[in-house]
Amino acid sequence: MKLESIVGRYVRMEVGGKPHRLYFEEAGQGIALLCLHTAGSDSRQYRAVLNDSSITKSYRVIAFDMPWHGKSSPPAGWQNEDYRLTTAGYTAMIMEFVRSLGLERPVVMGCSIGGRIVLELAFRHARELRALIGLQSGAYVERYYDPAWLDHPEVHGGRACGAVAYGLMSPLAPEADKWETVWHYMQGGPGVFTGDLYFYQVDGDIRGRISEIDTSICPLYLLTGEYDYSASPRDTEAVVARVNGAKFTVMKGLGHFPMSENPEAFLGYLRPLLEEIRRG
Amino acid sequence: MIDTLARLVNDDPAIVRWGRRMNEIFMVEVGEQQYLIRVSDGRIDSIEKGPFVQRAWRFAIRAKRECWEKFWQKTPAPGWHDLFALLRRGDVRFEGDQRVLMAYLQYIKLVLAALRKA
Repeated sequence: MKLESIVGRYVRMEVGGKPHRLYFEEAGQGIALLCLHTAGSDSRQYRAVLNDSSITKSYRVIAFDMPWHGKSSPPAGWQNEDYRLTTAGYTAMIMEFVRSLGLERPVVMGCSIGGRIVLELAFRHARELRALIGLQSGAYVERYYDPAWLDHPEVHGGRACGAVAYGLMSPLAPEADKWETVWHYMQGGPGVFTGDLYFYQVDGDIRGRISEIDTSICPLYLLTGEYDYSASPRDTEAVVARVNGAKFTVMKGLGHFPMSENPEAFLGYLRPLLEEIRRG
Repeated sequence: MIDTLARLVNDDPAIVRWGRRMNEIFMVEVGEQQYLIRVSDGRIDSIEKGPFVQRAWRFAIRAKRECWEKFWQKTPAPGWHDLFALLRRGDVRFEGDQRVLMAYLQYIKLVLAALRKA
């Protein structure tokens, strides 16, 4: 038996003017490191970061499930509306969570949609944040499949979402971690992944704003797995070309879910970066 | 190469289970060469080689031969490792009933990738 040091709690707070009960997990003490999960998944993706004692000895690592995801339920009345994540709503949710928990100038790390919103935070909230880490960050991705099929009564949403996530991972990822990542996707509620993709593929096109990011106010680190074809190294390079001072590393042998599909390989990239941030 | 597909799939219960409700015929096009693959309860019953005249299929997956060869490498390079990776690069076309393709997407991906073990 081994009891992990991760603690799960709920916080009652308003998101977008509606009362919510959000689930989050945390471990460690020190500088707040807020972790943002990918579209259609939940905070379990960060289990390895939360369990890494070399990180939690100087960081308070926190990962919350967005409303509609994981153990955070949708708001009352959800049955009457389509879930749709927007740039404004996503940004406000993160900053409301930061304020609700009283996190002081946290480091924010996000993957995929989280890697995109990190760029928006760099543009809009740089002074309130200590550093930003974008995993699989791109400023925009063109639709190459129709996400409506992921929310269709005659297609099992869990199976279809799982199959989409599966392909985004590296063939070199350990089987157990790869299939756990698929499982998180299979557990998403109907229409949730599709609703997140509205931000990723439609509303969250931030190509017009990224050149205004000032990394002298808040450092921006970008890590991208080479096997990702949704936010590929080339997509991140396009960001780096327009953001002065962004530090970019391609992660060999990793795909779209580095922290979850191959935790050990990912931690090898993350630890030195967090050490650099800690030293300021 | 595709001729060995039936054995590779049928001998692997971990693949068969993903398609065990599937009873369909789908087409795979490797360059000019067409194949019709008949699936019964997740097992591949037959693989017929074209050309075909007026044959029915539920969906078709078409890509150039050189694309499939890269896809079928034992450890494929980034961008060549998944059916949707080919889709993102515009190197594969899906035709026919997209609903059935999406319903069995995990199975289809595992079936096509099984040739990496050939």
